[in-house]
Amino acid sequence: MKQTSGFISTYSADAFGVCSALYELGGLVVMHDASGCNSTYTTHDEPRWYDMDSMVYISGLTEIEAIMGDDGRLIDDITNAATELHPKFIAIVGTTIPAMTGFDADATARVVENRTGIPTFGFKTTGMRSYIHGASEAFCTLAELVKTANNTKQAKNTNEQTEKSDENGKPDVVGETINILGLTPLDFSVNGSDKAIKAYYEDRGVKVISSWAMGSTLEEIQGALRATENIVVSETGIKAAAYMKEHFGIPFKVGIPVGGMDIDITSLFDDTTGERHFESVRDYEDCDAVIVGEAVSSYSLTEYLKRAAGLNVGVIASTDLDEDEIARGLSSTKTDCVIIADPLFKPLVKGERKLMRLPHEAFSGRIFRKEIPDLISDLDFLKDIITVIRK
Amino acid sequence: MLKKLGDNDILKNAVVKMADAGFPTPFAGGLEYSSPARGTWNIVHTGMLVPEAHEIFVCAASCLRGVVLTAAEMNAMDRFSTVEVRENNLLEGNLEELLIDGVSDIIEKLPKRPPAVLVYTSCVHHFTGCDWNVMFSALRERFPDIDFTDCYMNPTLRKSGLTPDQIMRRQLYSLLKPCTINAKAVAIIGNDLPTDTDSELYTMLTDLGLIIHEITSCKTYAEYQKMAESSLYISYYPSAKAGGDYLAKKLGGKHIYLPYSWDYDEIQASLETLGKECEEFTGETGKERIKGILAGFEQRKAECEKAFKETLEVVGDTAIAIDYTFCPRPTSVAKMLLTHGFNVQRIYLDSFTGEEKDDYEFLKGNYPELELYATVDVRSRFMATQSKKNEEKWLAVGQKAAYFLGTDYFVNVIEGGGMFGYEAVIDGLKLMREAYTEKKDMRSLVQIKGMGCGSCSLG
Repeated sequence: MKQTSGFISTYSADAFGVCSALYELGGLVVMHDASGCNSTYTTHDEPRWYDMDSMVYISGLTEIEAIMGDDGRLIDDITNAATELHPKFIAIVGTTIPAMTGFDADATARVVENRTGIPTFGFKTTGMRSYIHGASEAFCTLAELVKTANNTKQAKNTNEQTEKSDENGKPDVVGETINILGLTPLDFSVNGSDKAIKAYYEDRGVKVISSWAMGSTLEEIQGALRATENIVVSETGIKAAAYMKEHFGIPFKVGIPVGGMDIDITSLFDDTTGERHFESVRDYEDCDAVIVGEAVSSYSLTEYLKRAAGLNVGVIASTDLDEDEIARGLSSTKTDCVIIADPLFKPLVKGERKLMRLPHEAFSGRIFRKEIPDLISDLDFLKDIITVIRK
Repeated sequence: MLKKLGDNDILKNAVVKMADAGFPTPFAGGLEYSSPARGTWNIVHTGMLVPEAHEIFVCAASCLRGVVLTAAEMNAMDRFSTVEVRENNLLEGNLEELLIDGVSDIIEKLPKRPPAVLVYTSCVHHFTGCDWNVMFSALRERFPDIDFTDCYMNPTLRKSGLTPDQIMRRQLYSLLKPCTINAKAVAIIGNDLPTDTDSELYTMLTDLGLIIHEITSCKTYAEYQKMAESSLYISYYPSAKAGGDYLAKKLGGKHIYLPYSWDYDEIQASLETLGKECEEFTGETGKERIKGILAGFEQRKAECEKAFKETLEVVGDTAIAIDYTFCPRPTSVAKMLLTHGFNVQRIYLDSFTGEEKDDYEFLKGNYPELELYATVDVRSRFMATQSKKNEEKWLAVGQKAAYFLGTDYFVNVIEGGGMFGYEAVIDGLKLMREAYTEKKDMRSLVQIKGMGCGSCSLG
């Protein structure tokens, strides 16, 4: 039955995706929720919580406020906190009960912005979709922020005649430059994968202008128009890339440089909308192995295995699938197929099929964090996969 | 901008001196922070105390995320399942149908039929006016061989009557079925951790030859059901009181609540209450025996005094901080330590419980400089960062105090640790001596959820 999960975990939710995407940017991020969302996010989905201060809070919504539709305390509390903490921006993140009561995140954001003078954004997250949707919304908001910042800058420059720019308001640049879109610990943990991706490009003489959003400041992200190309490394970055292509003329490429290989899986996505050109799950009778996981990292790894070892590896893009759909996909594989997946998918790996552990923070949280490989640099792990599949 | 986060000033509203502290809430409310100290149990851990039972949570993804990973971390995924509420269910108003069909689907798929299923609903069921009778009647009709009970993950209602923690500790016993009462059987209820068998509570009951039931020692569902034979239900954890009252009403026994405290008079009063109840079991012949046992307990005050002295010799004037996760009465612990010459400087808590009123008045009157630190205030976020700059050695009593102070010298106990009576004082002081001399890996330890429930090691 759809929506039931008898044996496996659940993916991180949209509200946590927003928090993860904005974590390092100096904002005040408020999940409009009663109690549990903050402890869930900070315990299971935020490996930076212990070491890196970030202003992520919950509103402490109560029954009476939900029934009465009283947003007054929320607005007051955010205003008070912002007055003391001086964030660079404020994000108001919806969860399930506000979604149910018709909470208007955008209107509340406007009130808060008027009161504090600090840029404020409302996110219509519901707590009922996966982290992909939330992080994606957050990155799109950053893209809009880039647009606003550069419109302001362009107007200023036009007046002062201090900087040249093209007809799109895009500042002139020299050499190959990129932004990396879709970097969060939910997909890349904190094992150095983010740095390895940057190093891969910098080693090839490509300057990384900004990475969204690990290892970059808000100011660096606001300078994203200096890039000649956007590199999308998870599905969370695709919509922002499509937006930037439409509004700034910056093309994008999708793919992670698994094993230091130039991987390009852009054709799997619509280059104007970012929509998928593939089915999340299909039959896998012809596959040597199947990867279960986030679409971009899974297809990038598939491409690597194909080019490095001639292997035919399928993908179950599982982030929005129900347990039964994943189970059906897995049951269509050969009886001795290798399943490359997070260890918490093990109950679905039946019979003689072998599970090759590839933990994913967005699925199993912190449990297997030490095992999460850096797919860009960890060549031993990649060799192990090939060896296991060939056996 | 962010540069201000390092300023000491930022913490000022998250701290209040005892002299200025209001009761029961010393701090203004506002946005809330959540620290990485996670040792206390949640409703998943507690529900798993029912042996062989299966938990099914029916909630939105964001709510499921925390509970499913709690179960995964305690290696209990084979006893845990979920039904995910989505937007279409809210729009179509079919939450009851989703619960009935979803729970049924999961039960049919399980490799073994559980004797009991704990079905957890969430805030959305409450706000949409779901009919629990309809949902649970249907389940009981479909699966007459399974005992179902309703549990709740509805934090939006945490200030509306009983808290989710209180309700969980009540529903934990709701599966017990009335049976013949055994006059020689008692049950200690409402604790996540087993009661220390050296505690005066336990020794009195065993000395009198009574059968002691406690959910923490039940290995099978049949053993759990045996608790229903008890003629006396004893609770000493505040959140368990409602559960005790419920049990007495449902099953016909009697409930007594013995408050956790480090104060000698309160401890003795609790033990005397227990002794008086035990006279019911032992009759006239037991009266003298109980009198003797209680007199023996009086002698333990001297042992406590000795322990205070030994501990003071070890820790000297080291700064001490206590937090509310160590036990339900941190103010009682603070009071006893302060009156015995210890340098208690801070208590980490966000509110006082009603039981703490006398401790509050005492501390306010006698130790007005004692500082209270909030743990969920927005500014609490930066306490640990501040502490990293602090060279002073702190002895923390509890995980939250240890985290906020950044100290590896701490007593790693939650919810009283099953200690009770004079034994709680003696053992607590022993743990303080050990904590002072032996460093712990605070960072790793405090992040493990549900201390003592068998969590797997984390990555």
